[in-house]
Amino acid sequence: MTSRVREIIIRNAFAVFAFLSVLLLGMIVFFLFREGLPLFGQISPVRFLFGMSWYPTYSPPEYGIWPLIVGSLIVTVLASLIAVPFGLLSAVYIAEIAPAGIREILKSIIELLAGLPSVVLGFFGMVILAPWMQETFDLPTGLNIVNASLMLAIMAIPTISSISEDALYAVSRDFKEASYALGATKFETVARVVIPAAFSGISTAVILGMSRAIGETMVVLMVAGGAAAIPQGLFDSVRPMPASIAAEMGEAPFGSGHYHALFATGIVLFFITLAFNLVADYLSNRFKEEGSGTL
Amino acid sequence: MSSDTCGERLKRFFRGLLLAALWTVFGAGTAWAESIVIKGSTTVLPIAQVTLEAYMKANSGAKISLSGGGSGDGLKALIDGSTDIANSSRQITQTESELAGKKGVRPVETAVAIDAIVPVVNPKNRVNDLTVDQLSQIYQGKIGNWKELGGDDLKIVAISRDSSSGTFEAWSDMVLNRAKVSPRAQMQASSGAIVQAVSKNRYAIGYIGLGYVDRTVKAMAVNGVQASAKTALSREYPISRFLYMYTNGEPKGETAKYIRFVLSPAGQKLVAQEGFVPLAGRKP
Repeated sequence: MTSRVREIIIRNAFAVFAFLSVLLLGMIVFFLFREGLPLFGQISPVRFLFGMSWYPTYSPPEYGIWPLIVGSLIVTVLASLIAVPFGLLSAVYIAEIAPAGIREILKSIIELLAGLPSVVLGFFGMVILAPWMQETFDLPTGLNIVNASLMLAIMAIPTISSISEDALYAVSRDFKEASYALGATKFETVARVVIPAAFSGISTAVILGMSRAIGETMVVLMVAGGAAAIPQGLFDSVRPMPASIAAEMGEAPFGSGHYHALFATGIVLFFITLAFNLVADYLSNRFKEEGSGTL
Repeated sequence: MSSDTCGERLKRFFRGLLLAALWTVFGAGTAWAESIVIKGSTTVLPIAQVTLEAYMKANSGAKISLSGGGSGDGLKALIDGSTDIANSSRQITQTESELAGKKGVRPVETAVAIDAIVPVVNPKNRVNDLTVDQLSQIYQGKIGNWKELGGDDLKIVAISRDSSSGTFEAWSDMVLNRAKVSPRAQMQASSGAIVQAVSKNRYAIGYIGLGYVDRTVKAMAVNGVQASAKTALSREYPISRFLYMYTNGEPKGETAKYIRFVLSPAGQKLVAQEGFVPLAGRKP
């Protein structure tokens, strides 16, 4: 076999695998739409998206997922508000401040956190945090938005921290040295030079952390309480979209309106995460530092 | 669906392919050991679990695989032929039996136990007895405070099951008369999760199968009747239902032998140990 033939074989093998994985993804998306779109033969997309009542098993059924969308968004936003400062500041500490020994320990702890199965977090939220929260603040229920957001934040912190940290590391040494040479303190250098230079990577980290939170199923199924109503306060229960899909799919009769409605909910989630990824992509291109010249 | 003939042909082709594959996988297996696949309701799961363990101990050749998933899942699997027994906590629906008919499957039901659904509250709750009507009002969100029921001045947190579970269905039929559960009611995906939530929350009320009641929660009397094996069997206790195992046609071979075991005195004793109500004196 000549090296030329081998080259062709290898190249094609890689191409086959690349296309195969794209094809598989494409088929999943195709399947999602094929199972979800028939719903819109029964009700209009507007009534589906903005309908206030989710009663899929009654007759006549009602498939309004607005309370579910609100539930998903509110826990995601609150989780991000908690996770972004923690994730970002821990990344700054690890990348810029911590001595080598502590850095290694912290990095491995955060990696461990990333590997924590979500069901373990959900269980913690349900069995320990919920009763504690309820007793301490005398709430009607500990399974609420705050609990779910805290657990989601714990899931998002490692994502945000490790990607931000990579972005901070990638900032050229020249920038920092130039800043010190101008007499800037360490704080000024980190806050005004390193973080702005790593902005594109950091924003990607934040968005990826948020997509992790919005798509997370087990945690919200276990600790968000599951009330399919618009919450009136932060200590109310909500039912984010993934929780509804997970809880109901097992027993939704195959091919029924309920079944299609759950897939359609999946389509909504798909578009939300797609939007997140597009925003991340845009930000990372928009604020890319091409070299010392752009600063 | 549209009459897309090409799509239909493709579908038939794939179904044929699938059947051929199944034939090679399972057909080969049956030559030396008949295996039973059981799937369905998580309420019936503990019954199936203990009875098949005892059955396999007594019949060392038997191979039984068991999974949960829910009544709907089990019946779905029975209809598409991927299970021998479908456990269900409800009777098969009109839609499901029509679908089965279309696929040439004839679901036959066998009642294996009685399940009583019990409203449970935190042991600290002072309310002991509710009527079916009061329970219905609570879950519809029309009664919102324990004070209205003779308890402490606390908001009622009603915890329901996900709307497609068999337990929810039974509760919805027997207590709510198909009226809508308030959207503010919480939803838990399993009976265990309801016990967990209620045991830690004195505002809460939930409902579970009699088999899941333990000391961490207080079982309420309904219409003055405390749920027990006796009151469920006599149907004095108002919220009770049969649990079923569905088969395609009358059970045959190994499947029939297993179901006979479940209905035997030894099997029904195991049913009782799991907290369900045995079908004493009923002919299979």
